[in-house]
Amino acid sequence: MNTATTNRAGHPLDPYLRTERMPHIWCSGCGLGLVVNCFLRGLIQSRLALDKVVVVSGIGCAGRAAGYINLDSFHTTHGRAIPFATGLKLANPELKVVVISGDGDLTAIGGNHFIHAARRNVDITVLCINNFIYGMTGGQVGPTTPLTARTTTSVGGNIDQPFNIPYLAAASGAAYVARWTTAQVIRLQKSITEALLKNGFSLIEIITPCPTYYGRMNKQRTGLEQMKYYRDNSIVKSGIDPKHAGIEFNGPIIVGRFVD
Amino acid sequence: MTERKYLAGEFFMSGDDACAEGAISAGCRFFAGYPITPASEIAERMSERLPEVAGTYIQMEDELASLAAVLGASWGGVKAMTATSGPGFSLMMENLGLGIMTETPCVIVDVQRGSPSTGLPTLTGQGDMMQARWGSHGSYSIIALSPDSPQELYDLTIRAFNLSEKYRLPVLVMTEAATGHMYEKVVIPPMNEIEVVHRRKPAVSAGEYLPFKPDADLVPPMANAGEGYRVHITGLTHDERGYPAMTAEAQDRLVRRLVDKIERNRDDIIDLEEDRIDGAEVVVCSYGISARVSRIAVEQARSEGIRVGMLRLITVWPFPEDRIRDISEQVRAFVVPEINYGQISLEVERCACGRTKTVLVPHMGGGVHSPGTILEVIKQVAR
Repeated sequence: MNTATTNRAGHPLDPYLRTERMPHIWCSGCGLGLVVNCFLRGLIQSRLALDKVVVVSGIGCAGRAAGYINLDSFHTTHGRAIPFATGLKLANPELKVVVISGDGDLTAIGGNHFIHAARRNVDITVLCINNFIYGMTGGQVGPTTPLTARTTTSVGGNIDQPFNIPYLAAASGAAYVARWTTAQVIRLQKSITEALLKNGFSLIEIITPCPTYYGRMNKQRTGLEQMKYYRDNSIVKSGIDPKHAGIEFNGPIIVGRFVD
Repeated sequence: MTERKYLAGEFFMSGDDACAEGAISAGCRFFAGYPITPASEIAERMSERLPEVAGTYIQMEDELASLAAVLGASWGGVKAMTATSGPGFSLMMENLGLGIMTETPCVIVDVQRGSPSTGLPTLTGQGDMMQARWGSHGSYSIIALSPDSPQELYDLTIRAFNLSEKYRLPVLVMTEAATGHMYEKVVIPPMNEIEVVHRRKPAVSAGEYLPFKPDADLVPPMANAGEGYRVHITGLTHDERGYPAMTAEAQDRLVRRLVDKIERNRDDIIDLEEDRIDGAEVVVCSYGISARVSRIAVEQARSEGIRVGMLRLITVWPFPEDRIRDISEQVRAFVVPEINYGQISLEVERCACGRTKTVLVPHMGGGVHSPGTILEVIKQVAR
């Protein structure tokens, strides 16, 4: 691997990364590196044949994940990762197809595809990385921004109700639904392995820091502060009806496995 | 029940059904679509036929998803198609661009209807011809074919798949309600008589393979997902490895090649039907159902002693610039009947470049021209 030119010490996950593409584009304090780390560890644990695992992303910060993972990987159009993945899976059922994308990509511009893939129970795994904001474009309000939270297009506070993504997925028919934050890495890894081995539509929402925009606008200026917030305010309630897992601004974050 | 696998023989069939059979003959084994008049019959036939040949049909939630699924299926190693009409074609422009940029073979059929907007769902039109050329953002070249009969819908759907596999891009079959809903004799030849082209596979090992390094014909060999090549495919401007490359130089290299791989192979792609152009003083240039009507007008004009020839565009894009230029040296006028307010006529005018005049015979849609209308224009310009 190309460690000399990037000046990186070797990392145990290097064989699973396109190290020649490092450094990545993500901001310091961003949680996406943790997500990729947990995904790879969860994937290794699943013992799936790696040549048959495909990652599909949409557009946005999370959408760049596909490009850093050393598997067959597709960086598609905004919102369309799920239907692209659906076609790929149906054309070659041998493949394990994983969608890694953001909350805006998957539940705003791609919201219709999200609910229909869950309804059809297409055998794909979706990791929905939720940073409560559109990061790549400069921190605008999104479909998951909590009520009253500030963003660059809701400087006076968001006036719209956010989606409760696990509830949306469960109501639409998903076979496996969980939510974790990047502060629960071991639980997240285990959950990723479970989702990968689940037959049917599996969805994990991963609450992830964006200090550059969401944090800065909402008095959590560093990734570390956001991580501490997750650690201190996450409540594990596996098995509850995700109807009761809505997220309020500066409120507790209900995490756990809701549907299996 | 005996399973129909491959049909061969003579059939009385609609254009839409013939299109579906052409896809089956070409090896298409995946269809994703969304119901829309007047293209729904293609989806219906595919939903029935694909399971008989171990293929997959899926009805998606919209046309954005339909083309996304088709692109995904193609990367899964399966020949894939969708069919739609104007409103759905508009939604497909987004992923048409992705298909161009990622060089993904597939076929999109547009059974055109009266437009703009919802327009005339059940009635014919040819209003999407420029959208076919320029509808997705950016500079690119495209291939679009225009059949004039159910038989040709069968034949050209096969050709569309072959061109898409050879040149690695979405190929458009631009038909219209009048042809899609027309019933006529369709001959399906025995399977072994049909030429079927498959995408070129990498000749090197996974370690040496560069997914966007072209061969001499400017087309890169294609590794499908799951074959161990670990490809990265993106709609971003990319280098030969497929990795994002955010520079003007990478943009120039990639976009130029995407255009050149079509433009430099025009002779292979362009197919025209010519009738008595030598010695003609007027040439009627048309395509699809309008060419069929034009033929009647041309015969009538000739019976009245007017020296008129006919040029039918079977390939509409890339446009046969050279041939139009040649003909423009010898004729007094081009007459271009089409069911819109002037689209292909603009291309004819561009290539004629003032050497001769170009007269549009427009029809706003909802029906086809009366041959008499075209004849009248031929007479006026021949006078």
